[in-house]
Amino acid sequence: MAITFTLNGGRQTVNVNPQTPLLWVLRDTLGLTGTKFGCGMALCGACTVQINGNAVRSCVTQVSSVAGKTVTTIEGLSADLSHPVQRAWMAEDVPQCGYCQSGQIMAAASLLAKTAKPTDADISEALRGNICRCGTYAQIRRAVHRAAEIKAGGGKA
Amino acid sequence: MNRIERVSRRGFLGSVFSAGALVLAGRVLQLHAETSSKSVTFQPNVYLGIEPTGKVIIVAHRSEMGTGNRTSLPMLVADELDADWKMVTVEQAIGDPRYGSQNTDGSHSVREFFDVLREAGASGRVMLIQAAAQRWKVAPTECETALHTVVHRPSGRRLAYGELAAAASKLPVPKKEDAPLKARSAWRYVGKDMHLYDLADICTGKAIYGMDAHIDGMVYASVEHPPVLGGKVKSCDDKEALKVAGVHQTIPIDPFKPPPAFQPLGGVAVIADNTWSAFQGRKKLNIVWDSGPNAEYDSTQYKDELRSTARKSGHVIRNEGNVDEAFAKAGQAIEAEYYVPLLAHAPMEPEVAVADVRDGKVTIWTCTQNPQAVQAIVSAQLSIPKENVICHVTLLGGGFGRKSKPDYVAEAAVLSKKLGRPVKVVWSREDDIKFGYFNAVAAMYMKAAVSEKGRPEAWLQRSVFPPIPSTFDDVNAVYGDAGHLGQGWTDVPFDISNLRVENGPARSHVRIGWLRSVANIYHGFAVQSFADELAHRAGRDPLEYLLELIGRDRVLDLKNTSYTNYGASYDVYPVDTARLRRVTQMVAEKAQWGKRKSGHRTGFGIAAHRSFLTYVATIVEVEVTDQGQVHIPRVDTVVDAGTIVNPDLTRAQFEGAVVFGTSVARTGEITATKGAINQSNFNNYPVARINEVPRQTNVYLVDSTAPPAGVGEPGVPPFIAAFCNAIFAATGTRIRDLPVGKQKLV
Ligand code: FES
Ligand code: FES
Repeated sequence: MAITFTLNGGRQTVNVNPQTPLLWVLRDTLGLTGTKFGCGMALCGACTVQINGNAVRSCVTQVSSVAGKTVTTIEGLSADLSHPVQRAWMAEDVPQCGYCQSGQIMAAASLLAKTAKPTDADISEALRGNICRCGTYAQIRRAVHRAAEIKAGGGKA
Repeated sequence: MNRIERVSRRGFLGSVFSAGALVLAGRVLQLHAETSSKSVTFQPNVYLGIEPTGKVIIVAHRSEMGTGNRTSLPMLVADELDADWKMVTVEQAIGDPRYGSQNTDGSHSVREFFDVLREAGASGRVMLIQAAAQRWKVAPTECETALHTVVHRPSGRRLAYGELAAAASKLPVPKKEDAPLKARSAWRYVGKDMHLYDLADICTGKAIYGMDAHIDGMVYASVEHPPVLGGKVKSCDDKEALKVAGVHQTIPIDPFKPPPAFQPLGGVAVIADNTWSAFQGRKKLNIVWDSGPNAEYDSTQYKDELRSTARKSGHVIRNEGNVDEAFAKAGQAIEAEYYVPLLAHAPMEPEVAVADVRDGKVTIWTCTQNPQAVQAIVSAQLSIPKENVICHVTLLGGGFGRKSKPDYVAEAAVLSKKLGRPVKVVWSREDDIKFGYFNAVAAMYMKAAVSEKGRPEAWLQRSVFPPIPSTFDDVNAVYGDAGHLGQGWTDVPFDISNLRVENGPARSHVRIGWLRSVANIYHGFAVQSFADELAHRAGRDPLEYLLELIGRDRVLDLKNTSYTNYGASYDVYPVDTARLRRVTQMVAEKAQWGKRKSGHRTGFGIAAHRSFLTYVATIVEVEVTDQGQVHIPRVDTVVDAGTIVNPDLTRAQFEGAVVFGTSVARTGEITATKGAINQSNFNNYPVARINEVPRQTNVYLVDSTAPPAGVGEPGVPPFIAAFCNAIFAATGTRIRDLPVGKQKLV
């Protein structure tokens, strides 16, 4: 079945089993491997993308449900690291292995789109669905605060 | 013998370098190599190339799994070379025994390659200077290097490295004494915070992990493994599976012949167009299993068995004074038993591999900590020579020891051979957790007789755990091996005149493997918890008591034991109690031990532990709510890892270790019923999340010029013990069994 949606700013049509989770369509069908597989049960957040601006676990999102919607993956956040969250992530040296970070970044970007100046409690709430087995949580927290500053125009990149 | 040599750019890594490049290779002398073999062939494990464009290529032969190897190791070369970091490209090596060991495990990449990498850089620098001096017809002594440039001091003339590469490549490699290393004060990168080499790729989603590997024409496979180790398929009905859209076929994989080692577990593979179809097809398989020899394994019963073994005498590993006499004299003794369950690694990226078998050769792309183990197992499984197994190493989405064991890669190779096309085997999270090489379950029995002041006159400690060698010899390996007994057990650092260390036997029913910090997890937990128990019983301050136990500054005499010291020379890296004492005193100072107020159900715990040649002391503050929930407001940890190459990445390892330790201590537990693992995903094998980790972790690195030691693993053991000691301080409840989990604290 043909399903059409907006992907990272472009029109995308895929012809797949409509029940396939968006994650596997992105990865296996479209070759966009920045979005990661970690659990397949909405437990780890590695597969987080934005659908109409909301952070969503693509591993439990049937591709049919995104028809007509706007999907943004890490590849579409910014190609040149200009997004405030990516700039903050670089400046705070967040990653260790890096595998969880696409999901963390997408979840953080979605948080900042809604909450310009998130508190620690906001960050915990928004990111507790994103596991980092390497344990970069302190850096993530700092980076989200920094991204908020960058976005507000006051922070140094 | 000079350890750096010039090699042909057409060497076995020839394709990496272009014509006119200066290519140097260096090797680390294997331990005892000089004595054991006269004709050691040149086995370079370090490659450095300087291209005519000025590009510096450093071949990374160790894997990157988040510990920073692809950054810290090249920093060492670039520093001595005076290279511009922006001009450095890191190429990942394929598996090849000519690199020496590539097993990225045991926190030893920096330790082992610290000298040879710097020597390679220094040799390159000297050759570039000579090439410039010849060009200018001046004495090399009049020349020096600035950033990526040779400068003629008297005239101020300059030549960029790229312009000199071709000429330098024709010069002899200087002798070691003619290529002196920089003074510490001249270090350009080493000791400085440098960004992760792959940082930008990670933040844009471009970084390639095993999960992202792709070969044109590949199919996807998901394997239904026997639920019980050693089980076999009795019958398999795949009719429903084949009806799933995208599923091509199913293929049986033979069960392994014991011991399991790194062989595939066996089972049935579902082959499909994409990962999702393979997963779905697998759910529709109808398999009847013959569970095999481990069908009766029950982890609850097994726990009782381990504990009762731990109460009986075992093999004596270390013996000082006369423990039996001292106990008899004292009349009274204090006993305690500790327990740590099986643990799974759960790296963020599940196991995955792509293999393409064709024309008697195999090309593999995978996330592995050990590409040579991949070559060995694939060669054995397919009966082809090892050289015909080309193993490309991707980035690893975490490893923690799991990805040193390439059973999943062997599956991909076996399937590709059967199918005659490239196959990608993708493990689900459930596969990862159920079919791990678990950290051993362990029971520890501790006994001490104390003086009036509470000081131990006699100390007995006995551990029992199924040893890692059981994975490779399921018949004979039942006692702990020297290497793992040497992880916080043989080397217990306490100054006690009558001390005996023992180990008892245990048979394994699952695959046992090394996991971040390995045996130090259970040994450190028991030793540092028991020390805390004795302190409280004696009404003493745990810090002061711990320092008294560590005792006089001295080097532990372990000559009469099997101690292996993580494979390092004991002369260079002795167990030095002065360093352990210092980190303990420092952490007390940093955390203001005894000075910070402890409120209602808050408490502080301390522990100090040497592992992987590094000394760490940790203080944890906990806060226990009326509902028994444990919060961790603050952790302070002091690290003496000798010379630090990249402080920022090092601190990150210790912060990460605290998070890893939080997972182990709070919820880490794998159990089994009728031989099958009960846990399956992050819902029933939870790991720490952002709202559950310490609110503040302060890592302090001791400024040291001692030789570099490990940083990936040593942070975990002292955290776990200090955390449990803090729970006691806060609640009066002693944690003797991990995980803390649902134990009633208040
Ligand atoms: S893979 Fe989707 S939440 Fe884990
Ligand atoms: S950086 Fe490794 S899982 Fe987050």
